[in-house]
Amino acid sequence: MSANVAALLYLAAGVLFILALRGLSSPATSRQGNLYGMIGMTIAILTTLGLAEPTATSWILIVLGLGIGGFIGAKTAREIPMTMMPELVAAFHSLVGLAAVFVAASALYAPSAFGILVDPSDPSFGIKAGSLLEMSLGVAIGAITFTGSVIAFSKLSGRMSGKPILLPMRHVINAALGLLLIFVIYSFIVSAGSAWLFWLVVVLALLLGVLIIIPIGGADMPVVVSMLNSYSGWAAAGIGFTLGNVALIITGALVGSSGAILSYIMCKAMNRQFLSVIAGGFGGETVAAAGGGGEQKPVKLGSAEDAAYVMKNAAKVIIVPGYGMAVAQAQHALREMGDALKKAGVEVKYAIHPVAGRMPGHMNVLLAEANVPYDEVFELEDINSEFAQADAVYVIGANDVVNPAAEDDKSSPIYGMPVLQVWKAGTVFFNKRSLASGYAGIDNPVFYRDNTVMVLGDAKKMTEEIVKALAE
Amino acid sequence: MNGKAIALAAAMVLLPSMASASEGIGGSVDPSIYRLMVFVMAIFVGYYVVWSVTPALHTPLMSVTNAISSVIVVGALLAVGLELVAGGTTLARFFGFLALVLASINIFGGFLVTSRMLAMYKKKDKARK
Repeated sequence: MSANVAALLYLAAGVLFILALRGLSSPATSRQGNLYGMIGMTIAILTTLGLAEPTATSWILIVLGLGIGGFIGAKTAREIPMTMMPELVAAFHSLVGLAAVFVAASALYAPSAFGILVDPSDPSFGIKAGSLLEMSLGVAIGAITFTGSVIAFSKLSGRMSGKPILLPMRHVINAALGLLLIFVIYSFIVSAGSAWLFWLVVVLALLLGVLIIIPIGGADMPVVVSMLNSYSGWAAAGIGFTLGNVALIITGALVGSSGAILSYIMCKAMNRQFLSVIAGGFGGETVAAAGGGGEQKPVKLGSAEDAAYVMKNAAKVIIVPGYGMAVAQAQHALREMGDALKKAGVEVKYAIHPVAGRMPGHMNVLLAEANVPYDEVFELEDINSEFAQADAVYVIGANDVVNPAAEDDKSSPIYGMPVLQVWKAGTVFFNKRSLASGYAGIDNPVFYRDNTVMVLGDAKKMTEEIVKALAE
Repeated sequence: MNGKAIALAAAMVLLPSMASASEGIGGSVDPSIYRLMVFVMAIFVGYYVVWSVTPALHTPLMSVTNAISSVIVVGALLAVGLELVAGGTTLARFFGFLALVLASINIFGGFLVTSRMLAMYKKKDKARK
């Protein structure tokens, strides 16, 4: 295959990837978009095989590699529960990062195969400086993505505590390490491709990835996962430059900007500066949870029967799910509750805060899994004006995203964060496991309002009890 | 974002890469400059396309971006596929093979889990069935 034809085919793959993302503008077109993505990937792989013209041994290796990877990937994709999606995405990010490191390593050891030698006829002149720069950027970002995602994965899956791990002078350490990394990359380029400097870049970047993510708390994970998504894109783009591959460059740019935009959206939804999230130390689940427990204010406690009775007789009920719903796997019970209410003639809507859950869109996927139609699910800005007309609100596993302190208490750490105004509804049924505060350790004034009834207990059990009570 | 803007953006990516074989004003332009042009244009395309993604699909967006960034598999295939006489081939092949396995996990896993998720998003009348 001629290089020109191949370049055009790679370009076609890149355009198909753009269309894959474009399809996600609505659920109706999304499945077709995903198909475009698969076609693009197939074109990219076939084109490369056409270019490389593998020998028999190479074919065996290629089929073996694709087979092993494909089997693991397909099996995981089929079996993974939807509640584990944040972990899975973090794990996938780590693989992209590591793959970038390995591709760069093979380019380093076989530069002639990748056409990056200064003089193709004499390897002793080493690799082109530009290629070395692109390669080292790709490899450094890839390695940071790898360890960072492994840490994020461990935090999300509970293998590691969600609490921020704060090293003394961590900013100084990180800055020093970053400078050292830049210096080693510079030396690597000057050396025209020294292998040990390459691996030193890898080791430093791996270390940096760990140090960047460990101080960030579990509840800030939506930002971290988006940021690592972005990094994996930039790493791919760096390798794309080394290979001179347009499909890889376009994809890297798409993924890089996609992750960056998601991080921005998440930060805005929490009213936090991106840098302050990355600096870490916030969002440690129980760090300051005891703070709110000092003074006992009276709360109204209610039963599942109370909630069922009020919601059944309401004209409009809005359901606000949060991370607690995901933990308790209560989405199916919740949908049954919604169905029972609809049968009783109640209008049911779901309200989703952008940072509810552990990754962007986490709640939407779980509700979709439970067969909740997506046109009953609304984003914050679309539904916030409707709480005043709702007779009842059922808050399940959410807390900080419905905290009015964000609107009227200037001393609150979450002041300025956009929140769902549940307190404007007739009655608020607040399901929580206990009266502890949310991730920020902030007391929620909604608990103590006259129109709030606390229904304490496991989200799934409580919802099931409400469903039972509704049936009676 | 409308279709026109998409077409415009796509043209912005296409043109510089089409031109990559031609000569610039004042002499030939290094191919890496054209790659940089494609890169910068693609960032803008990404910017507009991603803002048009509905928030309800942000999780599938992440899993599909995961899948497509595994197009890094092209580098792995080159490393595994090329028979070389130069030294260091075995190491290069070994790393290429590892990268191939990792990228394949992501390609299959990413696209399949995305389509599994997307299949769950149903409209009101369809979900009732």
